Amino acid sequence: MSTPALETRGLHKSFGALTVANAVEFRLEHGARHALIGPNGAGKTTFVNLVTGALRPSAGQIRLDGADITDLPQAARVKRGLVRTFQITALFRGLSVLENVTLAVCERQGLGDELLRPAGRHRAVIEEAFELLERFGLADEALRPVNTLAYGRQRLVEIAIALGLSPRVLLLDEPAAGVPSGESGLIIDVIENLPSDIALLIIEHDMDLVFRLAQRITVLVQGSVLVEGPPDAIAADTRVRQVYLGERMPA
Amino acid sequence: MTTSRLVEALARRHHYHPLEGLPWLAAIAAYFAFPSYLPLGAQVLATILFALSADLVLGYAGIVTLGQAAFFGAGAYTAGLLAAHGWGEPITGLLAGALVAALIGLLSGIVILRTTGLTLLMLTLVVASMLYEAVNKASWLTGGDDGLQGMEVWRIFGQFRFDLFGQTAYFYCLIVLFLCWLAVRRIVHSPFGRSLVGIRENVLRMHAIGAPVARRRLVVYTISAALAGMSGALIAQTTQFVALSFLGLDRSGTVLIMLIIGGVGRLYGAFIGVPLYMIAQDRFSTIDPVYWYFWIGLLMVLVVLFARGGVLGLFDRFRR
Repeated sequence: MSTPALETRGLHKSFGALTVANAVEFRLEHGARHALIGPNGAGKTTFVNLVTGALRPSAGQIRLDGADITDLPQAARVKRGLVRTFQITALFRGLSVLENVTLAVCERQGLGDELLRPAGRHRAVIEEAFELLERFGLADEALRPVNTLAYGRQRLVEIAIALGLSPRVLLLDEPAAGVPSGESGLIIDVIENLPSDIALLIIEHDMDLVFRLAQRITVLVQGSVLVEGPPDAIAADTRVRQVYLGERMPA
Repeated sequence: MTTSRLVEALARRHHYHPLEGLPWLAAIAAYFAFPSYLPLGAQVLATILFALSADLVLGYAGIVTLGQAAFFGAGAYTAGLLAAHGWGEPITGLLAGALVAALIGLLSGIVILRTTGLTLLMLTLVVASMLYEAVNKASWLTGGDDGLQGMEVWRIFGQFRFDLFGQTAYFYCLIVLFLCWLAVRRIVHSPFGRSLVGIRENVLRMHAIGAPVARRRLVVYTISAALAGMSGALIAQTTQFVALSFLGLDRSGTVLIMLIIGGVGRLYGAFIGVPLYMIAQDRFSTIDPVYWYFWIGLLMVLVVLFARGGVLGLFDRFRR
């Protein structure tokens, strides 16, 4: 088997007696469209926090493209192309849409420590950010403060910031969370059209979105991987149905 | 066509606006209009620099501090001690003040900037209090409670004597403030400065886009300390006196009040809030020597109630 884009080996995290990640073995292939699902409190966001370095694992290993990144700080992982978005929109609230994305592009190019040259001199950086906005249909709102946008549009900015970092592995933490169902199509479109060389891991509750986008699904329950497989196998799995009893699963 | 217009808007933000010349014109006009108030004017200018230093950490990086006076006092005592012990050359004294303050900012920042929010606020207070007591104890050197006496500040460039009317002091402070303002303006428009705003607006996201947040905060804290130190040194040199109160909590609090009155995180809040506060203080204390602080308090209440974002925030609202 080839080296996966992202891999965890025996990933373990506990807060005192509470185990939130239990020996998680996970592989994300290059260019994958992979979904991580599970009931509330299954440890999905904890998993994202462990992988991105916001939390330190109690045991186990995280490997990016075969390299051990378990001890790398968050910023170093981002530099290696491991990027996430947030379930609860985490934007630079008072700044314009364009500047939100520009900040990301700036950091990716390592310009953030430049003290004495005006940011505006880096025209190419701003242009790159603007092109991303155009791609997402956000160009008309480029100069508006991001917190004045409709929530669905803010979710798009959330993804645009991540793309500004040129990710190789992108973790989308509930990209459609809080978006009215009428607007989630827009977000699905954007995710479907992401460059195919980005390995995608989508953490989601919205089963429509999961089954439309994912080629593989991992089900997480109480911090452990319950089952992993292609969508139709997951939909047919009785254990998964049990876990999701009462929640809608497409047949 | 529209593309380039939108990109242009961001790319040109650092360009100078004619209104930015206003404070400097006002400062020069004040020199001719109020020749008998020049000593007060020099203090106002030096205090604007102090408020500018606070704006950099509070307004841009979002670090709430009650310890800014530590750096102000450190700069003042450094310049003061040099001048009292035979080195009265003002420019080097000024730079030494900035350097010592920056060093204290850097060293204390390494320890306290690991925290945020209320904890950090308390720790900034602790650093300032420790320095206050240290200087108080070392009265053999600093004069303790009596303040530092016997400063002898030489002529600037061996030419311009600090005169009784405060003319030299006024221009000295004006030029130093101008140069520091140029530097601060550069910084806030730089990628570094914008990343500070990012840290203020959403530190979580700043981590997630790979920014070394801790280092950025430490750098800006150190720069701010240097500017505050320079401001303290300016006041020490132009008044030829350093009091223990330079390091006091009062001063840390007052500078925040001035900044809030003017407008936080706007670069020009200091230029409005400081003169407003200091002139009000000067006037109120003449009219009502006992209760003048009440009127300042009332001014503050009005700003907080009706002018969130300070005086500059008001302008914004009228423009919309």
